[in-house]
Amino acid sequence: MKGTNLGEFEELVLLTIATLVNEAYSVAICDELEKHTGRVTKLGVVHAVLNRMEEKGLVKSELGEATRARGGKRKRYYTVTNAGKAALVKSKEIRDQLWQKIPQFVIKWT
Amino acid sequence: MDIKKGSESHQLPAHRPPRWAERLLAWYCKPEMLEDLQGDLNEYFDRNLKTRGARYARLIYIIDVLKFFRIYTVRKPNFLPPLTHWFMLDSYFKTSGRTLVRNKLFSAINIIGLAISMSVGLLMIAFLSELFSYDHFHEKKDSIYRVISTIQYQDQSFGNMATTSVKAGEEIKETIPGIETLTILRRGFGGDARIGESIVPLTGLYADASFFQVFTFPLLEGDPATALKEPNSLVLTEKSAHKLFGETQVLGRLVVMDTITYVVTGIMKDIPKLSHMRFESLASFATVALQQPDTDGGFLNWESIYMNYVYLVLDEKGKRQVVQANLDKLCAQQNALLEQHHIHLSLQPLQKIAISKKLGNQIGTVINRIAIWILLGLTGVVILSACFNYTNLSIARSLRRSREVGIRKIIGALKGHVLGQFMAESVFFSLLAFVFSLPIFLILRHQFLAIAPPLNDQVALQLNPQLILYFIVFAVIVGILAGLLPALFFSRINAIHVLKDASSLRVFKHVTMRKILIVVQYTFSLIFITATIIGYKQYKSFLTFDLGFSTENILNIRMQGNKSDLLVRKLSALPAVTEVSRSRMITSLGSLYGMQIKYGTPVDSANVWLNFVDEHYLPLHKHQFLAGKNFSPKPADAEESEVIVNEQVLKRFNIAQHDPHKALGEQILLSEGKKLTITGVVKDFHYGTVEDKIEPVIFRYSSDEPGGYLNVKITSHDLAASMAGIEQAWKEVDQVHPLDAAFYDDQIEQAYNQFIVMVKVIGFLAFLAVCIASMGLFGMVVFTTETRLKEISIRKVLGASEENLIFLLSKGFLWLLCLSALVAIPFTYLFFDQVVLTNFVYHQPIHISELLTGSLFVMILATLMIGSQTWKVARSNPAEVLKNE
Repeated sequence: MKGTNLGEFEELVLLTIATLVNEAYSVAICDELEKHTGRVTKLGVVHAVLNRMEEKGLVKSELGEATRARGGKRKRYYTVTNAGKAALVKSKEIRDQLWQKIPQFVIKWT
Repeated sequence: MDIKKGSESHQLPAHRPPRWAERLLAWYCKPEMLEDLQGDLNEYFDRNLKTRGARYARLIYIIDVLKFFRIYTVRKPNFLPPLTHWFMLDSYFKTSGRTLVRNKLFSAINIIGLAISMSVGLLMIAFLSELFSYDHFHEKKDSIYRVISTIQYQDQSFGNMATTSVKAGEEIKETIPGIETLTILRRGFGGDARIGESIVPLTGLYADASFFQVFTFPLLEGDPATALKEPNSLVLTEKSAHKLFGETQVLGRLVVMDTITYVVTGIMKDIPKLSHMRFESLASFATVALQQPDTDGGFLNWESIYMNYVYLVLDEKGKRQVVQANLDKLCAQQNALLEQHHIHLSLQPLQKIAISKKLGNQIGTVINRIAIWILLGLTGVVILSACFNYTNLSIARSLRRSREVGIRKIIGALKGHVLGQFMAESVFFSLLAFVFSLPIFLILRHQFLAIAPPLNDQVALQLNPQLILYFIVFAVIVGILAGLLPALFFSRINAIHVLKDASSLRVFKHVTMRKILIVVQYTFSLIFITATIIGYKQYKSFLTFDLGFSTENILNIRMQGNKSDLLVRKLSALPAVTEVSRSRMITSLGSLYGMQIKYGTPVDSANVWLNFVDEHYLPLHKHQFLAGKNFSPKPADAEESEVIVNEQVLKRFNIAQHDPHKALGEQILLSEGKKLTITGVVKDFHYGTVEDKIEPVIFRYSSDEPGGYLNVKITSHDLAASMAGIEQAWKEVDQVHPLDAAFYDDQIEQAYNQFIVMVKVIGFLAFLAVCIASMGLFGMVVFTTETRLKEISIRKVLGASEENLIFLLSKGFLWLLCLSALVAIPFTYLFFDQVVLTNFVYHQPIHISELLTGSLFVMILATLMIGSQTWKVARSNPAEVLKNE
């Protein structure tokens, strides 16, 4: 089922939210992703992914306090839910298992 | 750290994201997603503002807003509100009805005003819809064009003609591709038709064989393809067939016109009313082509552009632009052979002929486009004025309806619902007004058609289902226009405020807007009324204008081809007739008759206007001689040798240092080589209308003018008897044609007819505008005095006198009126002085009394209204008013 497995980008976003802890809102997520992956990350894409993951129950969100910045608009902060954490852990486990199965020489490139 | 970058950025008030993009986002985005999305976009905007500049930031903002239009962000459309409108319609009408009944004065003002102004609007709609359906009965109406000519002289002056040359028609037919058919018409057919023994006048056009291929005029008898092919063929309409023969089965019968015998080859159905061309009969163009008459400088000459019409049908692939380009080429080619002037041809679509720009030699009467714009503008102003009344009074009364709106809102009405309710109400009012305006329209229609006789011929203004549909759409539009502002006002009412404390509603908040509306209304009313008065005064002055000769009690009889001697003898025998003279034309009515004359060494030549008269003409019209004497009577076959000139001729040719006495005996040379001696000099007089400057005029002698007029001086108290005598005398001379006679003064009146028609129309609209504005003002005064009743009472208790109170209440309104007069009077003055009257060389200066009369009248009317109302309130017993609190 598509719903239960994390896509590659979803996983990245989820991880970023986890790293940002209490400061995870859309623009910050975009910036963080850009910094770590080095690829241009569009707000529209992130926004859509966040929205989808919230629907799936992987993240939850709430509005923060209003500030003078952003034209007085509040930020929506995201946190990873338990389901999200489980999905992250599960996907890490799958990877780790696969990693362990790889014979040493394959990745030992000249 | 990146986050900080965002939060650090402070708002630069000068640079904001585009407002429309912000609104678009707010409109489509789901409410629960909106805020943080807006914030995100703002943050990016600020960031871009710093790094890449304002323009880039805005662009990105717009792109982002558009990009976020996605399925998951877009709010689901809510279908309920439009539906609830329909559920509520019943309720809206109920409340509208109640409002109408409860506020009888306001309802009456609104409905009467709207009904009157709408009836004028209906008239315009009916008028326009008929004008725009002119010539729609032709099957090829969309591809028929008329070739029209513009002649440009060396001195840059030019003339636009609906006519063109035969040569142009034939060249186009032969050389220009893309044309399906082309027909050449020629005016000037007509005269006395002889059928056996009887003689009947007949008019018509010449038309060539392809006429019926271009136009859709069905033939009852005869073959459309061949009816106009042979020379001496004649096609009659049903009506003229009845006139000539008393029946329509007349194919093959003979009609003798002048010396030519025509054969009737076709009977046409009568021409529909909405056709720009009207004729009694069509003679085949081949007839006139055989004669090749030289009426305007050579039948087949490129410059003979005054007699013929060319209509063509583009074929399916033919493009107007392509044909026009070819026409330009043709003109360039032909103009190369001309020295004095250029002729340019262009295409005029058939559907544009009925409402066209000014063209000479029109085939029928057309309505000037400018006149239509003026009428439309004036009607629009009157309708707007009535709408203003509605707007003003509705908003002024808002205090009373605000509770209703408050409750509706609390029960669950949205802004849109309230808006809808008040729009529905104003449409309800305007539909009601529409019902009243229909009978007014029917009366107005009659009056309108009677105002100018040609109109009656051009349009019928018949009601039909399509027209009624237009009317209803119009009524709805007027309703929306009138109700928009009040509806917006009501929809913004805050329910809680209104219900807590009704007086918190700031009724007087929109006072400035209402004042502006009143000033606009009155300004227009004053402009109309002043324009009417000035126009009427000018018209009167044209009629009584001193033309330099007498027109009093002179009856001009058109000779219609008869020799005058017999008639003159018979008329002179009548006791009422004191004198009879002959002239080729009647001056001062606008028609001109000119020729070239030469004088002096070196030879100087110029155009002068002329008239052929006999020896009685100048004394009869009391022309004043400055020097010399009148013509001496001569037999018809005597050599012409004398000429009488006016002062301008002496000035123009510098004859004898402008001294009339010395000028006698000087000789002028006519273009045909004849030499005439000046035997008299008359004082300058008006040969043209007062629109034209006085120019050189000469009188030449002629003892008989069959194509001209008899000028009969009448001194009699019994006009009817003398007219009967003249009629009798005419009948003895000419049994065929009815007498065509008119008094000179009436003819002058007729010459300025268009002017008075315009004055009448504007005068009528001025009357309406004043009425409507006055009703509106009255309503406002009543409202204001009613709302201030308590204030007045308290003032009275505290000792204010009645005069004080009246002054207090009315000064605001009077101030508004003064303001509109201050705008209207200078405007009207300048408009007439700089625009209208510059067309009339000899006009009276605009008198200050004409400017002020209208305004004064309106002011008095308004003061009376305001005064009566305020007086009523000022006289009220304060105890009565104040006790029921």
